[in-house]
Amino acid sequence: MTRRRFERREFLKATALAGAGLAFPGLALAQGAKIKIGLMLPYTGTFAPLGVAIENGFRLALQEAGGKFGGREVEFFKVDDESEPAKATDNINRLVNRDKVDVVLGTVHSGVAAAMIRVTRESGTLHIIPNAGVGVATGALCAPNIIRTSFSNWQPGYGMGVALAQRKNIKSVVTITWRYAAGEEMVKGFKDGFAKGAGTIAKELWLPFPNVEFQPLLTEIAAARPDAVFAFFAGGGAAKFLRDYAQAGLKDKIPLTGTGFLTDGVLEAVGSAAQGVETALHYADSLNTRRDNEFRLAYAKTYKLQPDVYAVQGYDSGLLLAAGLKAVNGDASRKKELVAAMEKTTVDSPRGKWRLSKAHNPVQDIYLRKVSGRENKYSGVAVKALDDDPVAMAACKIG
Amino acid sequence: MDFHTFLIQLLNGVQYGLLLFLVSSGLTLVFGIMGIINVAHGSFYMIGAYLAWSLTGGLGSFWIALPAGIAITLVIGLLLEVLVIRKLYDRDHLYQVLLTYGLILIFEELRSMIWGDDVRGVPIPEVLSASFPLTETQSYPVYRLWISAVCLVVAGLMVWVIQKTRLGMIIRAGSANREMVQSLGIDVRLVYRLVFATGITLAALAGMIASPVSAVFPGMGNQVLIVCFVVIVIGGMGSVKGAMLASLLIGLVDTFGKVLHLEIAGVKLLPELSSMTVYLLMAIVLLWRPEGVFGRRP
Amino acid sequence: MSARQMTVAAFLVTLAALALLPFFGEKFTVQVFTKIMIMAILAMSLDLLLGYTGLVSFGHAAFYGAAGYALALLTPPYQAANFWTSLPAAVAASAALALVIGFFVVRTRGIYFIMVTLAFAQMLFFLFFDTKIAGGSDGIYIDVRPVAKIGAWQVFNLDNFVHVYYLALACLALTYWLLRTILRSPFGRVLAGIRVNEHRMLSLGYATFRYKLVCFVIAGAVAGVAGYLSAVQYGVVNPEMLGWHLSAALMMMVILGGMGTLAGPALGAAIWMLLELGLQSLPESGGVNFGKHWQLFMGAFIVLATLLLPRGLAGLAQVLRGRGQKRA
Repeated sequence: MTRRRFERREFLKATALAGAGLAFPGLALAQGAKIKIGLMLPYTGTFAPLGVAIENGFRLALQEAGGKFGGREVEFFKVDDESEPAKATDNINRLVNRDKVDVVLGTVHSGVAAAMIRVTRESGTLHIIPNAGVGVATGALCAPNIIRTSFSNWQPGYGMGVALAQRKNIKSVVTITWRYAAGEEMVKGFKDGFAKGAGTIAKELWLPFPNVEFQPLLTEIAAARPDAVFAFFAGGGAAKFLRDYAQAGLKDKIPLTGTGFLTDGVLEAVGSAAQGVETALHYADSLNTRRDNEFRLAYAKTYKLQPDVYAVQGYDSGLLLAAGLKAVNGDASRKKELVAAMEKTTVDSPRGKWRLSKAHNPVQDIYLRKVSGRENKYSGVAVKALDDDPVAMAACKIG
Repeated sequence: MDFHTFLIQLLNGVQYGLLLFLVSSGLTLVFGIMGIINVAHGSFYMIGAYLAWSLTGGLGSFWIALPAGIAITLVIGLLLEVLVIRKLYDRDHLYQVLLTYGLILIFEELRSMIWGDDVRGVPIPEVLSASFPLTETQSYPVYRLWISAVCLVVAGLMVWVIQKTRLGMIIRAGSANREMVQSLGIDVRLVYRLVFATGITLAALAGMIASPVSAVFPGMGNQVLIVCFVVIVIGGMGSVKGAMLASLLIGLVDTFGKVLHLEIAGVKLLPELSSMTVYLLMAIVLLWRPEGVFGRRP
Repeated sequence: MSARQMTVAAFLVTLAALALLPFFGEKFTVQVFTKIMIMAILAMSLDLLLGYTGLVSFGHAAFYGAAGYALALLTPPYQAANFWTSLPAAVAASAALALVIGFFVVRTRGIYFIMVTLAFAQMLFFLFFDTKIAGGSDGIYIDVRPVAKIGAWQVFNLDNFVHVYYLALACLALTYWLLRTILRSPFGRVLAGIRVNEHRMLSLGYATFRYKLVCFVIAGAVAGVAGYLSAVQYGVVNPEMLGWHLSAALMMMVILGGMGTLAGPALGAAIWMLLELGLQSLPESGGVNFGKHWQLFMGAFIVLATLLLPRGLAGLAQVLRGRGQKRA
C-alpha cells in the first residue's frame, strides 16, 4: 500500500516536471517516471525455455539501448502464464488492473495470447506479442494497441507449401499436427501454398493437443505412402515425433518437412533422427549476415547461451519498442504517436529487415532450412517479404 | 484399410489396452480389498515415468533403473499408507477422494521441484530397439511387443498370487470380512500396507515401461487416471477379470476410433470425436449393467 | 439475540458490506470479489447435492462450463446477444445436460457415482477440447458482451465491471433464497430423507430416483447461472471450466465451509479463492520460489483440512460454541 502511494506521488511529480519539461526538456527526461513493462511469459511447463529466451532477447535490446527506453528507466512486472489458457485472463488482469503496466509483452502460447488480447483491447494497454502466431491477433481481433513482432501461424506454413509446390516429384502430401489453433492455421497456410502447384493433400491427420501417442498415425502415413509429410509439433512433442518417425523406419523413405518449430531447440535431444528434415521459418542458423553475427555474439557473451528464433523475437520486440518510445521521449501515455512511430519503423533485425503490416504483423522473408548436424542450416528463401493470410488481413478493420 | 495396417492397429490397440490394465488393476485391487478410492493413483504412473527417466540417466541403464524404480515406489507406498492412507479406512469416500486429490497437487509440485517441468524422453533400450518389417514402409517396433508381454506376465502373476497362494487367501478373506481374519491372529494392517504399496507400484511400473514410447511429461498421470476410472466402471469395481476385459475393449475402441473415418449425414464423427468413444462405451455399459460387467450387484 | 436473529443479522451485514465494496475497492479487488461470488453460487449448488442429498458429484464443473459455452455459441460473431434470452437459454442448456447425465448417473451409488460423474464431465471436456465446435483447447471468446435492454432503455451495462459485480451479487442473493426455499419445502425434506436412508424412503413409497434426478437438474441449472456470469465477466470460455480440477476445488469449498449449510460453502468459496490468490503471491525466499509452487501448499492444506476439519468451519463453530456453553 505504501509503495503504491509512493508511486502515485512520484507520478504526480513526474507530470509536474513534464509540464516544466516543455521549457527544460533535459530536466524532465532525467526525472521521468519509470516505464512499467509487464512480462507475461511461460516460465514453467513445456514452453519455459521459450519464455526465458524471449525475456533474454528483450533485455539484450534494452541493454544495447543503454538500459533505458526513450530516456526512462524500466521497471519489470513478471507473471508466469504456464501456457495455461484457463488462467490467462486472471494473469493478464493482474498486470493490467493491479500493477497498471504501460506495456505488456506476451506470450508464447496462442490460446493464452488470444485471451490476453481480450483484456488489452478493452484496457488499451500497449501489447507486444513476441511469439504466439494466432491468426486473429492481427486479423479479426486486430487493434491499434496490439502489435506482433514474431510471425503469424499461416506464414511459415505457406512458405513450406510454396517450396513443395515447386518440386515436380512431390505429388501427394500427408499433413499431421495437433488439433488446436496453431496447428490448424499452419496446415491452412501449407495448403494455401501447396495449392500453387499440381499436387494434392492425400490425408490430414490430427492429434489432440498435447497428445504424443503418434504410433497409430505413423501407421496411417506408412500405409498412405505420400511423397512427403508436412508436420507441426513443438518442444517435447516435436522431439518425440522426430524420434518416432525415424523409429518407424519412415525417415529415409518419406521426406519429412514442416514449419521451423519442428526442429528448433530440439536438435540436441534428437540427434541423428532429425538429419535432413526440411522446414520453413522466418529465421535460420548460419544466415551469416553481419547483423546476425553481431547479435549472436552479443547474446552468447551476455547469457553464455546460443540464441534461437525466440531470442530474436524478444530482441526485435525490444528494438521496436525502443524506436517507438524514443519518438515520444519515453512518454508511454502518448499512445497514438507511440504506435504511429512503431508503424513507421523498419526493424533492423538479425533475421533481416522487416516492418509491420497495416494489421501489425511482420512483413518478412520466409527461409528454407535443412537440418545438418546440430543446426537448421539456411538453404534458401521460400517467399520474399511475405505478408499475412489475405483472409485474415481482410478481417482486420484498422489501418 | 488393408490387412497389414489393420494388423498393426490391432497390435497398437491391444498394447494400449494391456498397459491400461496394468495401471487400473492396481486401482481396482486397492479398492476391492481395502475399500479405498485413491485418486492419486495416476500420479504414480507419472512418478514411475520420471523415475525411469532420471534413473536411466543416473545409473546408465534402463535395466537397472527398472528394479530400482520399483523398490523406490514400494517404499513410497508403504510410507504413504502409514502416514495418511490408514486414517481413511473408516472415512466416507468423499474424504478419500479429497485427501488423495490433495496428494495429487503435492506430488505434481514435488515433481516440478525435483525434476522440473520439461518434457523428457527415455531412449528405447538397445536390445529392443529393432522393428519387424511388414511391408516396404510398414513395420512394428519390438519394444511395443515387449510392453505387451510384460503386462501379460504381471497379470498372470497377479491371478496366481490371489488364487493360489496363502497370501492371496488372506487377502481375499480380509476383503470379505476384516474382523474375522483379524481374530484368526493375522495382522490385516500389514496385509493392507502391502496391498496398497503393490497397487501403486503397478501404476509406477506401467509408467516406467511406457516412458520410452509415451514421453515423460507433467500431468501425464491425470489423463491415465480418468481412463482407469472408465475401465473400472465398465469392468466392475474390484474385479481383476473385469479390468482386463474393459482395458482391452477401451484400447481397441480408442485406437480404431482415432484412425477410422465415420461420417453420418455429412457430420464427421470419427476421428473428430475419437476421445469421446470410450465414454460412450461407458454410458452404454451403465445402462445395461450399472455395477459393471463383472461387478457384484449391490 | 436468538440464534435466528443472529443469522439474519450476519446475512444483512454481509450483504451490506458486499453492496458497498465497489465504492471503496479498486477495479482489481472488485473483479476478484465478482469471481468469489460466482464461485459461491456454484459451491451452494453443489452443496444441494453433496450436503443435502448425499450425492457426491465429482463432475459439477460440467454444468458451469456448459452454460458458459452456451452463451459463447449463442453470441453471434462480433455482435451482442440479448441478456434476457441468453441467460435463460444458457441455464436451460445446463439443466438439460444435467437431465441427460443425471439419467445415467443417478442409478449408480457410492463410489460409482463419484467416478461416473467425473467420467461424464471429462467426456464433455474432451468434446470441447478436441473438436472445433467452440475453439478447441484454446477456448472461445465472447466478442461483445450481452446487452440488457428493455425497449430502448439499457437496464445495465455488462461492459462495466461494477455492473457485472452487482449482477453477480443479485444472483448470489437470489440463489441463496431459492435454495433455502426449496430445502424447506416438502421436496427438500424428501431429499434429506434420501441422504439419511434411501431404502427407507423407497419403502415409504417415494420414487427416490425421480427425486434425485430433479435435485441433480436443479443443481445443474444453478451452476449454469454461475457459468453464465463467469463467461460474461471476462468474455472467455475454455475447457478448463468443465475440468475436474474445478470440480475438486468445488468439493473442497463445500467441505471447508461445512456441508449442508448453504452459507458455509459460500464462505468456503471466498476462503478458497483468497487462499489461492494469497499463495500465488508468495514471495521467493532462500532460493525457493514459493509463489510458483503454491499448489504444494494448497495440496497440504487439502490433506490437513480433510483430516482435521471433516465438517468444515460450520462444524468447528459448533464445537467451539458447545465448549463455550459448557464453560458457562
